[in-house]
Amino acid sequence: MKAVNEMNLTFPSRSINEGFARSAAAAFAAQLDPTLDELGDIKTAISEAVTNCIVHAYPDVIGSIKLRCRIYPDGRFEATISDRGVGIPDVEKAREPMFSTGGPERSGMGFTIMESFTDKLTVRSRPGRGTTVRFAKRIAVRAER
Amino acid sequence: MDVKIERKDSELLVSLAGELDQHAARGVMLHFRELEAQVIPERCTLDLSALRFTDSSGIAVLLGLHRRVSDIGGSLRVVGTPQQAMKVFDAAGLRRVMKFE
Repeated sequence: MKAVNEMNLTFPSRSINEGFARSAAAAFAAQLDPTLDELGDIKTAISEAVTNCIVHAYPDVIGSIKLRCRIYPDGRFEATISDRGVGIPDVEKAREPMFSTGGPERSGMGFTIMESFTDKLTVRSRPGRGTTVRFAKRIAVRAER
Repeated sequence: MDVKIERKDSELLVSLAGELDQHAARGVMLHFRELEAQVIPERCTLDLSALRFTDSSGIAVLLGLHRRVSDIGGSLRVVGTPQQAMKVFDAAGLRRVMKFE
């Protein structure tokens, strides 16, 4: 299916951009007329994915993060977050609840939250090459107001 | 993110306002660490009614505060949790760990 609209952002892995990325994605997703609850789910999932890039992909350097958002005629919102950082050696392990390499300030719940707040989540990673996280969120079509 | 810490008699009231993510969590954790130098009262209330957003960083912040209060035999209650935040905390099963009112 061809996307009806698309936006692309590239920004450095500074933690201040967590808020920027989720707000920009939410502003774009607003075209689908989502409920506050659906918008909250999108913001949360984007925030988790971007935070992973900042904390894990580029632990000691400022690297580049790409965020691509698309909306489809069937009301689907899709986001792709990619980095060219260190990569994840064991994706299955990283997706386990409470697994974290980030120390006491991290809960290890990032992927679990992303999975439970979205409809489909895929993670592709190659050590030393980077990680791409893609998720879809179906926005219920509401009666015209 | 605004962090307000008030002490009333034997009770501590901590209020978080704004958006809580990894960027903001570091500052919140520093505030809590400063608390450790003092005596934490046995009763602690965390007011989240002005929390506009949280991601999983909030889970670590709540667990950190809960641990500090529990370590001295105290109790933590969380009040005014907005729907978006509750959904995040429920995904981590926080209701099994601390009291939400």
